[in-house]
Amino acid sequence: MVAVTKVDRSRLMDVIWDIQRKKRYIAHDDITKIAHEFNMSRMELEGVITFYHFYHRTHSGNFTIYLNDSIISQFAGRESVLKAFEEAIGVRLGNVTEDKMFGLFRTPCIGLSDQEPSCLINFRPFVDLTPEKVFDIISKLKAGKMPYEICDIPKSKIHYTPAKDRTVFFKPYKKFSSLSKLKDYEPEEVIDLVIKSKLTGRGGAFFPTGLKWQLCRRNKADVKYIICNADEGEPGTFKDRVLLQEHPELLIEGMIMAAYAVGASKGAIYLRAEYMYLKEPLEQLLAEYRKNGYLGKILNLKIPFDFEMYVHMGAGAYVCGEETALIHSMEGKRGEPGTREYFPVDKGYNGKPTVVNNVETLCAVPRILELGLDKYLTLGTDATPGTKLLSVSGDCTKRGMFEIEWGMKLRDFLDLIGAKNPEFILFNGFAGECLSSADFDREISGENLLAEHIKFDFKDPIEYARKMVGIGLRSGGSIMVFDKEKDLVEVLKNVADFFVAESCGICVPCRTGNFLLNKKINKIILGHAERQDLEDIKDWSKIIKTTSRCGLGKMSSTALNDAILKFPHVFEKRLSENTNFNQAFNLEDATADYDRIINEMTSDYE
Amino acid sequence: MNNLVNLTIDGKTIQAESGKNLVDVAKQNGIYIPTLCYFRELNPLATCRICTVKVNGKDTTGCTVKVAEGMEIEVNSAELLDNRKAIIEMLYAEGNHFCPSCEKSGNCDMQNHAYDMGLTVTRYPHVFSDKIVDFTPKRMIMESNRCILCKRCVEEVKTNEGRDVFSFVQRGINTRVKIDYELEQQLSESEALRAMNLCPVGAILVKGMIQEQPFGERKYDLLGKDIKPVVKDNNLHKKDNEKFIVATTSLAGCFGCHMSLLDIDTDLLDILEIAEFNKSPLTDIKKFSKRCHIGLIEGGCSNSENVAVLKEFRKKCDILVGFGECAIMGGIPAMRNFVPLQECLEEAYLNGVTTEIGADVVPGHEDIPKLLNNVYPCNEVVKIDYYIPGCPPNAQHIWKVVKSILLGEEFSITHDEFKYD
Ligand SMILES: Cc1cc2nc3c(=O)[nH]c(=O)nc-3n(C[C@H](O)[C@H](O)[C@H](O)COP(=O)(O)O)c2cc1C
Ligand code: SF4
Ligand code: SF4
Repeated sequence: MVAVTKVDRSRLMDVIWDIQRKKRYIAHDDITKIAHEFNMSRMELEGVITFYHFYHRTHSGNFTIYLNDSIISQFAGRESVLKAFEEAIGVRLGNVTEDKMFGLFRTPCIGLSDQEPSCLINFRPFVDLTPEKVFDIISKLKAGKMPYEICDIPKSKIHYTPAKDRTVFFKPYKKFSSLSKLKDYEPEEVIDLVIKSKLTGRGGAFFPTGLKWQLCRRNKADVKYIICNADEGEPGTFKDRVLLQEHPELLIEGMIMAAYAVGASKGAIYLRAEYMYLKEPLEQLLAEYRKNGYLGKILNLKIPFDFEMYVHMGAGAYVCGEETALIHSMEGKRGEPGTREYFPVDKGYNGKPTVVNNVETLCAVPRILELGLDKYLTLGTDATPGTKLLSVSGDCTKRGMFEIEWGMKLRDFLDLIGAKNPEFILFNGFAGECLSSADFDREISGENLLAEHIKFDFKDPIEYARKMVGIGLRSGGSIMVFDKEKDLVEVLKNVADFFVAESCGICVPCRTGNFLLNKKINKIILGHAERQDLEDIKDWSKIIKTTSRCGLGKMSSTALNDAILKFPHVFEKRLSENTNFNQAFNLEDATADYDRIINEMTSDYE
Repeated sequence: MNNLVNLTIDGKTIQAESGKNLVDVAKQNGIYIPTLCYFRELNPLATCRICTVKVNGKDTTGCTVKVAEGMEIEVNSAELLDNRKAIIEMLYAEGNHFCPSCEKSGNCDMQNHAYDMGLTVTRYPHVFSDKIVDFTPKRMIMESNRCILCKRCVEEVKTNEGRDVFSFVQRGINTRVKIDYELEQQLSESEALRAMNLCPVGAILVKGMIQEQPFGERKYDLLGKDIKPVVKDNNLHKKDNEKFIVATTSLAGCFGCHMSLLDIDTDLLDILEIAEFNKSPLTDIKKFSKRCHIGLIEGGCSNSENVAVLKEFRKKCDILVGFGECAIMGGIPAMRNFVPLQECLEEAYLNGVTTEIGADVVPGHEDIPKLLNNVYPCNEVVKIDYYIPGCPPNAQHIWKVVKSILLGEEFSITHDEFKYD
């Protein structure tokens, strides 16, 4: 075999984006051309393009509208907003107007859960939508305005921070200030500081950040990478957006510190396409850092080093938030999670040692340096010092951003956000737990966590409450609150739809298992389910959980199973008697096609 | 590099070279970890998930584990065995596997696993998603209905310039493998054949080469173990002095299963010692005249009459046994599930090669059973207690199962009895 010519594909997604932006879709000829340029087969490129839902193979409209269809948006009035859009542009969801002026599509959560219903038009945000506002927007666009001229600037809505000297993130910051402090630190000392601060990953997996950096530092390589995970795809989460809006300088400095610590020379911010409006400000800021000698050849540190970074745009795929999928995506491939044979710190981007960290994780580092380790360790709890950013949405008076010290009781937090009648809570997004009043006395922290191998098989909510009360609720970043009026099963259906749409398709338990669980939920909604169906859900979830490759499959059924455990009455009242007949089979439905066809045909032939 | 480490697999202590692949290490030590996508140590794909094992209590795929000192590995716990079976079942439910019409039958890795695990029916409902058979490539056929997305072809089949011939497109439940038409033509004959053989199922076919080994002994004919199904608590309501009462019916099937019933020849007389037949084509009794102990169902539900008969059987029989693939998963009739009903009717009555010239009527009358939009496996309409797979199941096998169910005995089936392909 002739040696395989390696082409750098990191630019591939940008090239596709360019065409998508200009032409509004990727045509057959474009594929031929790009495939040739990157020495790929047409079909492989087709595979990359069709993986990401913001790339279109047919015209997506000169104004492409993406309406968020997550449950928070639905409860905030999405239905009437959707109707208004359909009426104003004259086509149904999923279609493009005949004159190619407008295209209307669905998309999962776009990181604006505190200002729903919201949408993106040509990737510009429009929030707090009402039917009137929709008609107004469309008529302005028809009159020749551009989306960037009339879009909203998403509000940060920071409702709460601890006392000023105990706040980590949301307080004024002087640009470059921690970088100038870095002059006194050897790279190992930075790692030592981060280890001692007990900082753990804020992207949801809670891996100790200092240890990750240390492992990467120990790996010798000609080039290493720092990647910031700004994919923030977890529905209900928007903390990273607020950080990028309020304190992008913290992120850049955090990345420079990480690079300095591990010896990386290249960096990238993987920004989800939904946050495209943050790209330019970020790039401007990067230019400023470059001008001030903090990017490129960085000389004003104890040990001078080279470091350059850029912003890499995603293209619509939740799973790309998973770090190995993210790396594949940056390499211009389908965003499928890797096999787990290696960690990114061993073999990451382009096979080189790579650190992937969440926005919040990286932003914390300059602040730890600024506050000093001793002070930082007095914040929060023993196992989880510091503060935590929580994105709050749903049924409460204060939707928006909260910075709290770790260790607050959930009950107190619910008071703080003005949740009057919380009935159930999606904690950590769709991939998280479903909490009930049985959890209200638990604290938000990483204290007393259960060891990996301990798994309780709870029989009822009372046993659950008794065993779990002392165990911390380690939060990834989002809290969606729902009151009694909201239908738990409807929420779970939205969650299930999300995972069916977002599974990457590598593992059968995830791609088809989630699809089958979704069917079971339909059965419950229609009142056809029997007790056996709940048992099936439990058994099948376990199989999906244990055999799926990545966190998506491992977590997709958690909320559903929590809900069945904690809200048995909700399901109970929708079950029908166990019988020998499958209630979901309906003869009338099954023969409807036939009746219609025979009717049409017989009248045709008469 | 002779760095030996100690580990345990299912309690057995083993020494192996550090960093070696767990699947291979286990095999060398007589422990079998089933795999489907794995075919060489380099670059394990870890897509099929059936080699899922527990390493120090954590679930992970065996093919990606490199053995290290002190590892405690679980391979054959009840839970892991069931996981494995569940995944194979899900693959069957997800794809459209009509083994009797598959060129790879008998040489198919997945089928072999299914036999090995004693799989008779999937616990999951069949998805019946519309997947295409792509005849466009010059040399090959891509049969997506059978593809299990193991990714072997994607990773392994490249042109001389290193470009992929097979690729994944779309994502999630819509993920498919597609062939690049242009590059496919660049493959040599032997490369194309290699692709076909690489595919663990019958998804990649080389035109003109697919019947290479049609009959006789195939790759898996001599393998396999005895399979021991568990007899469930049954709902049999029978008094001691009574004979067993049996009913049978053929729904949307070809009557092949019933023909098979008759194949036991004179043994039928023995059966009549302990059982009598009620409603059945064998007796020509059209209506149930009494409650039955066991109902044997051939065929799935294709029309409204099938549904009515099946429900009647459920009401009148203590135990229902689905026998033959059509009852279990729709079988050959279910192949119409991928064609819109209108087209089916038009093909049958108007445009088919056997219709009379000028035919212009699709018969419709209240006495004619209505066709369902799809062919449904029996268990999607009523609860089925037992399944006897096969196309058709062989006679001895059917009666052995029926007798054992009726007498409440556990029984084991030999591989020969169980294989139908
Ligand atoms: C399906 C899935 C989605 C994820 N999405 C994100 C995400 O949007 N942002 C993020 O920071 N981490 C996400 N993660 C976690 C990352 O894999 C990874 O753990 C994290 O980026 C590491 O950074 P940290 O240690 O700073 O948290 C996701 C994980 C999974 C399994
Ligand atoms: S668990 Fe789901 S999302 Fe993750 S790799 Fe498997 S199929 Fe893809
Ligand atoms: S075509 Fe065959 S080899 Fe390729 S992914 Fe499908 S099952 Fe695997």
